[in-house]
Amino acid sequence: MEEYRLELKNVSKNFGEVQALENVNFQLGRNEVVGLLGDNGAGKSTLIKIITGYYRPTSGEILFNGQKVDHLTVSKARQLGVETVYQERALAELQTLWRNIFLGRELANRGGFLKVSMMRQETHRLMTQSMGFTSSAVSPESRVGTFSGGEKQGVAIVRALYFDAEIIILDEPTMGLSLNETAKLVNFVRDIKRAGKSAIFIDHNVLHVYNVADRVVVIDRGRIAGQFLTKDINLDTLMEKMVRVANTGSLD
Amino acid sequence: MSSQPNGVTSAASQPYKPTFRLGRFFRAYGTQLGILGVFFTLWFIFIVSAPETFLSPQIYYAFMSTVPFFGMMAIPLTMVVIAGEMDLSFPSIMAMGMVSFILTYAATTSVALSFITALITGVFIGWLNGVIIVKFGIPSLVATIGTQFFWRGAVLVLSQGKSGSLIFIKESLLRPSLVGKISNEFPMQMLWFITIAILGWVLLNRHKFGAHTYLIGDNVKSAELMGINTGRTRIMLFMLIGLVSAFAGVVASFHVAFFWPSLGEGYLLSTLASVFLGGTSVFGGTGTILGTFIGAFIIGAIQAATVAVGLTGFWTQLIYGLIIVLSVIMHTYLRKRME
Repeated sequence: MEEYRLELKNVSKNFGEVQALENVNFQLGRNEVVGLLGDNGAGKSTLIKIITGYYRPTSGEILFNGQKVDHLTVSKARQLGVETVYQERALAELQTLWRNIFLGRELANRGGFLKVSMMRQETHRLMTQSMGFTSSAVSPESRVGTFSGGEKQGVAIVRALYFDAEIIILDEPTMGLSLNETAKLVNFVRDIKRAGKSAIFIDHNVLHVYNVADRVVVIDRGRIAGQFLTKDINLDTLMEKMVRVANTGSLD
Repeated sequence: MSSQPNGVTSAASQPYKPTFRLGRFFRAYGTQLGILGVFFTLWFIFIVSAPETFLSPQIYYAFMSTVPFFGMMAIPLTMVVIAGEMDLSFPSIMAMGMVSFILTYAATTSVALSFITALITGVFIGWLNGVIIVKFGIPSLVATIGTQFFWRGAVLVLSQGKSGSLIFIKESLLRPSLVGKISNEFPMQMLWFITIAILGWVLLNRHKFGAHTYLIGDNVKSAELMGINTGRTRIMLFMLIGLVSAFAGVVASFHVAFFWPSLGEGYLLSTLASVFLGGTSVFGGTGTILGTFIGAFIIGAIQAATVAVGLTGFWTQLIYGLIIVLSVIMHTYLRKRME
């Protein structure tokens, strides 16, 4: 049997009285793009934050490449190759661009002293090659708070890619983006697939998810309501099922 | 390895050469330029109003002798404020360190050992502050008001409120190395202040620890999502200010070779004022060591200047207040302009 890149077994998460996730079983294959769909408050973000190590599950197991991982933390997940582009982007807006690119994983020597010029060089390279910043007003020394929404998203994405991620999670990445920026983003997800990596793509917009995902997982009220391979289902049927699940809690 | 950068596409690109642009320079260094402007303006006013005082070197040696006592603590306090926290307990740490010093000396008659015990006491109190704030989630402003009273109380209980001579340190080599004078003019405590400021700058701007400090003050949620141990960093910041406060307590007491149980009480506001005058944001995320360093000297000069220009000492606080409020307004305005 082929082992999964990432697998969640019977994962539940409670916040006090509220059960955000209930016995969730989720798999992400090698070189697979999975779209995660669900209404607001369905538990998508909670599921993501469990995978990234930000939340601990109340019960259940997390497996990376078939190996069970206990006490997953954010830094452990990053070491295992999980990179996330968060809905809230997780940028430090008062800090410079180069500091944001290397946030939490600064290039440093053994004593912890920063390799500042190396980080500036790398940031400059990423800016011109991957982020498409050509304006001379933007430099590695620019403060991220002065950037537009799309530019900030670019920073968050490039940061995720720089560190050789195996699993890239995109949490509502199209939020606040222009049409042009959204198109770029969809291409970017296709690039992930082409590069042989895996991705989890979360979005409100069924169309965006349908266009890039190999498989769609529908979450409703903390449970997995169902999943479909995008090649086996057409967009209209998927839309119908989404509406039905929001109203009745059942796909059929 | 996922933590290693991938350099696949690096060959083709032009290396980054920082180009000098005036606008960018002002945006990046606005805060420092602002405080330098305030500094030189005040200096000019002082020289014009009291030339005989401010054109003689004596007054500057006097500043270098007294400013370091609170200026040293303003350096780690700057880092604490950048991380979005506050510490009001450092004056009590100064005194508690000295109590440990005296108790250890009574037991061992070793000045060196007593000095080390004082520093350990400072680090311990700082650690305790940090643990209370991080593990119980209590706002640092409130927690350190509490610990400030507690440790001042401990000083009073242990010393029975009595002050005492430290004449025994005259024999020790530690005295000339902490508060001696180089060629009979330049005070050693100034050298320590400069050393602490440089170490503080390196830690804040060229070390991971400083990068994480800025990040926590800027956006603590992002810091956590990016896997930074925000609790440990904050506890270490409080340990750092504890260490420097205990050190400053020893230096200030050695200077007069006397221990007062009220040691440090006079330094609370001047230390805080140095930090905020220097342009460190009350909201966290921005601030500089250079700003604080200059801020400390402005605070130190105001008192001497008010008297030298012919006003009575009663004016000092009024002028303090005015300059602090105006500077904070200036810094807030500059910061808005930068965005």
